[in-house]
Amino acid sequence: MSLTRLITLTLALTLLIAAPVAAQSVLRIGLNDDPDALDPTISRAYVGRLVFAGLCDKLFDVTPDLKIVPQLAVSHEWAPDQKSIVIKLRPGVKFHDGEPLNAEAVKFNIERHINTTGSFRKTEIGQISSVDVLNDLTVRFNLSEPLVPLLAALTDRSGMMVSPKAAKALGDKFGLKPVCAGPYRFVERVAQGKIVLERFPDYWDKANIHIDRVEFVPITDSTARLASLRSGDLQMIERASPTDLPEIRGDNRLKVTGVPELGYQMIPLNVANGAKSKTLADARVRQAIDLAIDRDALVAAVFNNEYIPGNQWVSPSNYYYNAKFPVRKRDVAKAKQLLREAGQPNLTFTLIVPPERDRQEAAQIIQAMLAEAGITMNLQTQENVTMLTNGRKGDFEAYFTFWSGRPDPDGNVFTQSTCKGAQNDSHYCNAEVDAFLTKARQVPDPAERKKLYDQATEILMRDIPRLQLWHRRVFTGYTVKLTGFTAYPDGIIRLRGLKLN
Amino acid sequence: MPLALYIARRVAVLVPTLFLVSVLIFSLQKLLPGDAALALAGEEHDPVAVAAIRAKYHLDRPAPVQYAIWMGKVLRGDLGESLRNRIPVTELLAAKLPVTVELAIGSMLIALAIGIPAGVISAARRGTVIDATANLVALSGLSVPHFWLGIMLILLFAVRLGWLPASGYVPPWEDLRRNLTTILLPSIVLGTGVAGVMMRHTRGAMLETLGADYVRTARAKSVPERLVVLKHAFRNALIPVITLGAIEFGRLLSGAVLTEQIFAIPGFGKMLVDGVFNRDYAVVQGVVLVSAGLYVLLNLMADVLYFLANPRLRGS
Repeated sequence: MSLTRLITLTLALTLLIAAPVAAQSVLRIGLNDDPDALDPTISRAYVGRLVFAGLCDKLFDVTPDLKIVPQLAVSHEWAPDQKSIVIKLRPGVKFHDGEPLNAEAVKFNIERHINTTGSFRKTEIGQISSVDVLNDLTVRFNLSEPLVPLLAALTDRSGMMVSPKAAKALGDKFGLKPVCAGPYRFVERVAQGKIVLERFPDYWDKANIHIDRVEFVPITDSTARLASLRSGDLQMIERASPTDLPEIRGDNRLKVTGVPELGYQMIPLNVANGAKSKTLADARVRQAIDLAIDRDALVAAVFNNEYIPGNQWVSPSNYYYNAKFPVRKRDVAKAKQLLREAGQPNLTFTLIVPPERDRQEAAQIIQAMLAEAGITMNLQTQENVTMLTNGRKGDFEAYFTFWSGRPDPDGNVFTQSTCKGAQNDSHYCNAEVDAFLTKARQVPDPAERKKLYDQATEILMRDIPRLQLWHRRVFTGYTVKLTGFTAYPDGIIRLRGLKLN
Repeated sequence: MPLALYIARRVAVLVPTLFLVSVLIFSLQKLLPGDAALALAGEEHDPVAVAAIRAKYHLDRPAPVQYAIWMGKVLRGDLGESLRNRIPVTELLAAKLPVTVELAIGSMLIALAIGIPAGVISAARRGTVIDATANLVALSGLSVPHFWLGIMLILLFAVRLGWLPASGYVPPWEDLRRNLTTILLPSIVLGTGVAGVMMRHTRGAMLETLGADYVRTARAKSVPERLVVLKHAFRNALIPVITLGAIEFGRLLSGAVLTEQIFAIPGFGKMLVDGVFNRDYAVVQGVVLVSAGLYVLLNLMADVLYFLANPRLRGS
């Protein structure tokens, strides 16, 4: 029968073409998500930064221990009043289209970041009031107010320089064909499929770039992403899940590294945002909730101790962590006492949780812990965007979210804790905290800044506008064939120095 | 009624159908809770940035106005651009259509290759162990979650045996061999599900025709059983199966969300789901409009084939 023959033939053909395919000097990195626009000015999603690390160099970069070092710049100098900064540029740097990176190009880029409609950089560097070109390789940024965290912003997308010629030619379509000054240039993008980069032969630091092509492949399902790593289709995966770790560690062809993240997982509590703030308005009630949670047990139960229990806006290993307030032991009796004092011994409130494994499981454990202190916490599942919208409107008592983290301390506490802060959904407001955090923006000396942050933290630890619960570790899984990899707390994979054997 | 008139009438119905689909999908999206501008703003909740997004994409206008703006562009052949990555929706659709079509064809081939022979054999051997086995297999094909089957196939063929790639998609014009290997596993996952449906329907249709008078007549003339089954019964049983095939094929064309997610295949399904989660209205509307159009066209094609095959229809 001809059908049988057809099937036999198909099977034979399949086996014939099914031999493994070996790729040389192509690094395929599995991403958790499909990046948004590949334009540093309008990029929003974290995941895009992994692609930019290959595509667009920045004026500055951070080291694995969060020191700021020059990249496209060679040096910087603050004016004594911190109201301007002079930056010297690296000579001989070219964009992917051959255009030179010079002071004019930097001026163009900063103005583009600030003036483009829908720019997400404006909030980061909007305090730059003007840019002076001092000579071909020197610029001065003049600021409307002293802003030390500016330098840290220049280690991320605000510091990425694109070719002015290409930016002018492509307009708001620049993200479809980005032209930067990074080690790799853009080849193609298949949305939700892959982003392909190839080595840029005129890169200023080309001696340290060893891999010819890099492909970023978004795979949202973590099991499938891990399977692709194990089968050799991917050589690296970013933000591996803690549940993947036993499998990666059990596979002698793979390695995994983890470093504490810059951000934190948190539950904002509604302090003064609308009608729903009544329940948790009393600081004693919020302290009681905080005391009833056993963070060590939580991290052990849900994350097998792969994550780090936390209680502040930076992880305990961070320089700006206030050591006077370590993660407290659980104290149910004290929690009950505080609730009685506040006149709310039978506290009941609702926690909104997005439908995601980590936070769902943690919420259930917290619910059980609070019950032992006589607190009834109802759980309500809401899809992420809905939850954030309700957070904004004040339609919540508590919700379960996270902050992805910034290298400069300011980025992890200012907009979250100041009275008018854009991230302050709790509407917590304390003039002293505002003063400390604002002052810390103007002091370049880290030791001086730490004193200010310690004072702010002390108040925040007493008022508890949000429960900071744990810090993830950023896990990167990769094949043992890959050498030269260094993990950074921002989770971004630097391609410099990587080799595939 | 001449064929041309028949087709013209069906195409005329297509326009209001698509219009209704577009109104429906637009309204349903507006019912989704959550602020699109906030979703697009990502972690930066700066009110100025959020307001700028809202204005840029007309999200601050009343819903009917938004619909009119969008429809006006659609009529000029512009489906807008993805709010998230700024790629024009027509470009996204053009890139994903071949992927989705190829996956649908691959799945359909597997479904037909398994479903039809299994249906014919189990009908011809009704009540035997073969029939029971085929039914069992078909039922498992229908019941096994795509998600699970996909992961199992990846673990076996990609991780354990290393024969096939675990994920990704390569267009055929780039590397045909790799293209076929990447599309094989997802086609099997989707195909086995459809094969179950095809098998059950083929079996049912075959049982009906095998019990018909003309089959009894053929047997009475001592036509060999093999010919009775394949020539007399099978041909007639095929007509409802073709209709079902067209419907299933249309369904495959609207995207296979989970399968595409697991195998990281950039098709319609993944684009649609990502669009919904990111509140990327233009993308969702574009995908739904095009897959609805394809679905209607496929049904039309099936009807035309039916029309040609069945002389009785032409008279009415």
